[in-house]
Amino acid sequence: MTKEYMLGNVAIARGVMESGAGMVSGYPGTPSSEIIDNLRAQKDLGFYVEWSVNEKVAVEVAIGAAFAGIRAFVTMKHVGLNVAADPLMTVSYAGTKGGLIILAADDPSLHSSQNEQDTRRYAQFAQIPCFDPATIQDAKDVVSFAFDFSERFETPVIIRSTTRISHGKSSVELGELKPSTNVADFQKDPSRMVMMPNFARGRHGVILGKQKEMMEALEESSWNVLEKCEGSRIGIISSGIASVYAKEALHALGIKASFLKITAYPMPDNLIIEMLNHCDKILVIEELEPIVEDHVRILAQQNQSATVIIGKNPVPRVFELNFEICRRVMIDVLKDHCVVSAVEKAAPPKPLPPEITDIVLPPRPPALCVGCSHRSAFQVIKEVFGKNAIFPSDIGCYTLGIHSGVVDTTICMGASISMASGITHSGEKKAVCCTIGDSTFLHTGVNSLMNAVYNNSKMTVAILDNRITAMTGHQPNPNTGQTAVGVESIPVSLADVCAALGASFIRVVDAYDYEALKTAFRDAKNFDGVSVVIVQQACAIVARKLGVKNNPYAVITKNCKGCRKCINFGCPATEFNKETAVSFINSQCIGCGVCAQICPFDAIAEVKK
Amino acid sequence: MSLIPMDKDGFGAVPNSGKTDVKYDVVICGVGGQGAILASDILGRAAVAEGRAIQAAETHGMAQRGGSVENHVRIGSAYGSLIPPGSADLMIALEPVEAVRYARLMKEGGVIIVNTEPVYPFTVTTGKAEYPGLSQMLEALSKVFDVQAFNATDVAAQTGNRQATNVVMIGAASHYIPLQKQTFIDCIRVLVPPEFLDINLAAFEAGLKSIRK
Repeated sequence: MTKEYMLGNVAIARGVMESGAGMVSGYPGTPSSEIIDNLRAQKDLGFYVEWSVNEKVAVEVAIGAAFAGIRAFVTMKHVGLNVAADPLMTVSYAGTKGGLIILAADDPSLHSSQNEQDTRRYAQFAQIPCFDPATIQDAKDVVSFAFDFSERFETPVIIRSTTRISHGKSSVELGELKPSTNVADFQKDPSRMVMMPNFARGRHGVILGKQKEMMEALEESSWNVLEKCEGSRIGIISSGIASVYAKEALHALGIKASFLKITAYPMPDNLIIEMLNHCDKILVIEELEPIVEDHVRILAQQNQSATVIIGKNPVPRVFELNFEICRRVMIDVLKDHCVVSAVEKAAPPKPLPPEITDIVLPPRPPALCVGCSHRSAFQVIKEVFGKNAIFPSDIGCYTLGIHSGVVDTTICMGASISMASGITHSGEKKAVCCTIGDSTFLHTGVNSLMNAVYNNSKMTVAILDNRITAMTGHQPNPNTGQTAVGVESIPVSLADVCAALGASFIRVVDAYDYEALKTAFRDAKNFDGVSVVIVQQACAIVARKLGVKNNPYAVITKNCKGCRKCINFGCPATEFNKETAVSFINSQCIGCGVCAQICPFDAIAEVKK
Repeated sequence: MSLIPMDKDGFGAVPNSGKTDVKYDVVICGVGGQGAILASDILGRAAVAEGRAIQAAETHGMAQRGGSVENHVRIGSAYGSLIPPGSADLMIALEPVEAVRYARLMKEGGVIIVNTEPVYPFTVTTGKAEYPGLSQMLEALSKVFDVQAFNATDVAAQTGNRQATNVVMIGAASHYIPLQKQTFIDCIRVLVPPEFLDINLAAFEAGLKSIRK
């Protein structure tokens, strides 16, 4: 048996390789991206892997493969499942032939997301089983189990990861690698694959009818386990990774209690009823939504149970849980059952002395990189449109443009363009210029641009084109010219796409050519209709990795008047020396040269070798 | 039904595996891009090699764009990966301000190994915020913690590559971490690309010599 120290997402990727999967698709999104990044980097792939243009497409690609009979695995972040909700809600009716797993990685505490929705709700909504692994080992092992389960019950299944699973690390015991098991052989079966009313009607009852059998199968499995404590009338029911925190808190406080771990849905009714019969008091500990809690309350009501059920409030419904929170809640509601010395030990730590807490620390939020092409685009947009214009934006690195004052809205992928056109049609007279990256534009921005042109909006769309999906770790997209596995493909022409959608003002400019940028955005602002400016330049990180090297720039001290224009540009490579009141450029400079073009006094120049 | 009687203690099974007799919690903090993840990989892999239970939590995604990063590594933990405030045994701070930022995680008397080379955030370079004085920060931390400060970036540069600062810090930290020095070296051999191996092994040794326990 080999044990390896692994990132949760790498363990999940390993689980896919041990499961006989034949197809992997997905769209990048934190905290899910490393699963496919790891799989696509494997040599001798025994399966097909792709980055799809969005999550809806990814799920549909996988449904196609699963209908043909092979095992298909799809990955995305939690909000990606909103995009894929359309196929999800109906493939649940149709069911599947080859195993079909949709992995959605939730982000409790919103470390890198716009909301903290709970994917278990989707599983419930779509009436499909959901696995919510408690540990990284489980996250790997569950993949094979879920494929078997999917094929046995002819249903898609969801695996829900969370940030602490996906971006946690632990020792993982590896299993045998297993090449794709199933052979593709598409058998026509309209009553299962054509969800027109006549066929779909019958399927709703079928999937509801399967729930009990699936519940019982999961109740027999190691994913839902009740450890019954005969000498105690106290019970803990806990789900997913929270069950690990809850167990740790239980041990730390010396509480003797029955413990029901739920990591698979539909929930184990018989085990829950067993708990209700055995316990006077049950504490339900789950992250985010009270899904288990609600179900326990329903079962208690149906069984006329007098057991006291405690859940949300005191257990928080917002943000991720941890050991500390679980311990505090347990002391709160189970104090009489705790070992006294253990409660004393749980007292909050001594506060740090004022010498430390009085130090005012400079905030260190994430920022656009040195030489990032988005920075010059934002600078020009601000200059041309003025700070009173309205700047809808989108999801990507460029959301960091908020520090430059040019990000006024961010809701979801592709929304910048559609919201911009909504603002222009609202009667609002201020100029509107929205920003969207190439990958996000291709994800769901294309529809929005078509809509804006079709409806005669007057606005400017800046497509910040760095030819890569940068924020999530530099995944290729249809604009890059290569597939997920590095095979050459025809790069989409953004300008041609925009033209085909009917945009009649399209200007393509180099992000490092400051004057050309200014001209392009001035003309775009004056255009009566939808104007599109495509700002091109490779992502600075990708360029560095590819070995692109430019001469750095330096401040000619005698010319510098200390006007701070370069400093306000916000590149981390420019600094201001307060004593001499001149700027200087530090060693991080990658030589994009934009600051030299911004400087009104010709005080910044390339350092020629 | 998966119904099993609770064990004799009445606390039930412990998830995951590995030795839990020695518990040691390490915070690795710094700035996105400084190599905090490689540092935690070396540590975690070494723990696995010695058969210890291990849980870690990392910062990926948006925070990596030059933001503050915080990795937790819990040696001997069979449970969660997050270190409760006031209980970490050791901090490896790749940047001095970040040492102060995460000091709340440390237990009283815990060891803070801090690289004294500052990395100025854009809030400082654009004049929106002040960077605190180095000696003020180190003196304040020394009131409560065992502070071991040196310029690990300079040490790394002397061994051939500033990028190896993280490995210099691991070398220094190996004095305190309850794992064998040789295990760290073996893990560095596996994790570092061959062309950078010599520099990183030298960085580890230089870090080891940079502080005296």
